[in-house]
Amino acid sequence: MLKFILRRLLLLIPILIGLSFLLFVWVRALPGGPATALLGERATPERVAQVNAAYGFDKPVLEQYVKYLGRVARLEFGQSITLRKDVTDELFRRFPATIELAMAAMTFAICVGVPLGFAAAKRERSWVDNTAVIASLAGVSIPVFFLAQILKWIFALQLNWFPTIGRLQPTRELEHVTNFNTIDSILAMDMGALGDTLKHLVLPGIALGTIPLAIIARITRASVLEVLNEDYVRTARAKGMSRRIIDRRHVLRNALLPIVTVVGLQTGLLLSGAVLTETVFAWGGIGQLISGAVLDKDYPVIQGGVLFLAVVFVLVNLTVDVLYAVIDPRIRVH
Amino acid sequence: MATVQEHLQSLMGNRVVETSGSSLSRETWNRLRHNRVALLGLGVIVFFVLIAIFAPWLAPYDPRATTWFDQIRPSSVPGPSREHLLGLDESGRDMLSRILYGARASLVIGVVSLAIGASIGAALGLLAGAFGGWVDSVIMRITDVMLAVPGLLLALSIAAVMGQSQVAVMVAVAVPNIPLFARLLRSSMMAERQKDYVSAATSVGLSRRPLVMSHIVPNSLGPMIVQGTLALATAVIDAAALSFLGLGSADPGVPEWGRMLANAQRYLNVAPHLSIIPGVVIFITVLGFNLFGEALREALDPKLRR
Repeated sequence: MLKFILRRLLLLIPILIGLSFLLFVWVRALPGGPATALLGERATPERVAQVNAAYGFDKPVLEQYVKYLGRVARLEFGQSITLRKDVTDELFRRFPATIELAMAAMTFAICVGVPLGFAAAKRERSWVDNTAVIASLAGVSIPVFFLAQILKWIFALQLNWFPTIGRLQPTRELEHVTNFNTIDSILAMDMGALGDTLKHLVLPGIALGTIPLAIIARITRASVLEVLNEDYVRTARAKGMSRRIIDRRHVLRNALLPIVTVVGLQTGLLLSGAVLTETVFAWGGIGQLISGAVLDKDYPVIQGGVLFLAVVFVLVNLTVDVLYAVIDPRIRVH
Repeated sequence: MATVQEHLQSLMGNRVVETSGSSLSRETWNRLRHNRVALLGLGVIVFFVLIAIFAPWLAPYDPRATTWFDQIRPSSVPGPSREHLLGLDESGRDMLSRILYGARASLVIGVVSLAIGASIGAALGLLAGAFGGWVDSVIMRITDVMLAVPGLLLALSIAAVMGQSQVAVMVAVAVPNIPLFARLLRSSMMAERQKDYVSAATSVGLSRRPLVMSHIVPNSLGPMIVQGTLALATAVIDAAALSFLGLGSADPGVPEWGRMLANAQRYLNVAPHLSIIPGVVIFITVLGFNLFGEALREALDPKLRR
């Protein structure tokens, strides 16, 4: 097992080198080079030369890349051009917001998706099943940024049930120890703040959780259907075991493995893919940071943000693989 | 990662599909013809394509003309009326005309990016599948790196670096498709290689090139077609997402569905139609591709064949 984990971690190195190389080359392949990107199209040649010297863009490309790689390895992504803050600090400061949103979305997706998929499989080809199948196709077809707006329009603007943007009412004071608002408000024993935080989480959580919900429902359905056809389920039925016990002991338990796996993989995607939802709800996490940086052409933030999220994505996937091998004794790790 | 994803794919139905020449395509078509879901999906796709092609004839007004700007107030944007079936947008332009022309942008971006992504991906997959050995290893490691970044994030960073243009969006949407198609073609070629007809062909002395090009590749195409249909759905959504984030055409006059949604945000309370109309249109288009793609997958699945 240890060897397996080590090997997978080693595989991270070429992935990161490849990715950083791609990002490095992209910025340098810009028409006019990175200095023009920083200064704009109408920069004077003197100013361009000045910037090139300051950032080392005039050195040989290989030398630049090695230096860049060294900085990346120390998690130094430089200063944000527009925010004038250290990119790494900013990423870590905002990461809890993104994690919190991803957790809310995943909770919603699991709590609705698993029962839905299970019900559909139990009544294959009934109206429940057909509805679930169509709903899950609709779920992956709806653009997140549209769903987010519609939720905001109905439940925040029309009905006033939930707040429109942000993570906390601006008037509320909360000491940010961990930057997880849920944890911070519990630490401060401030139930009002906790309720407020949860209220803010509902709409973005649903918007972000819809695609994973659809995928989880689908996997659950497929997986339960497969198990229902197994000999041991038929045997259990033949022995006269009650339906509920069969469902709980045999069906759900055996069907759980692919569900757990897809939950893990989707979590990785959620942590990294909340750009659109965070933008609509002004969430203040990494997603919103990146989408703002894209508009401002803030390259240090884009590079740092993408690399950071890619690392998170790879690490989450690795964890899922390890868990998968731990849960399922049938899979032998070589 | 391989084991988990392969297992999931087999559950999701991404199975490598057996195909066997023209009688099969007829059989597939026969099955699709009797599938209401498939016909619905196909209908939506055809409708969307026709709109994109005939937009100039169908659109009642110039999509860029801000003729009715004097009717726009910060507190109200006129909704659907007899003159403007879908209302006006926030700059006083006719919504219907913009939606119709927007189909054009979506279709062109979707098809071009799919063509780029699928052809480069297929070429890499073909090399890997045909040669194996170190060629295969190198190509698979490259796809590993590309798959290590979630698709939209990869697209976003490419488009961000290339700047605001529709070409950038096409390239950005195409790149995340490359590893998907490469892996798919490779894995179905690998599965074909195990088949008896391949050993038969080898044993009668057929050399590698005709074996690969006229036997293995044609038999491996089924999953690629399914993936292509589903990738078009993703391409339409991703292109709209990039345009929503401000990465579409640099000219704000160009009608794009994603940007219409982005502009609608400020008017959400006073003019929800600005948001609902383009959103529903994107949703229906994407759903059409997804429905047809799923039906196609079922039709090609040997497990479901009677």
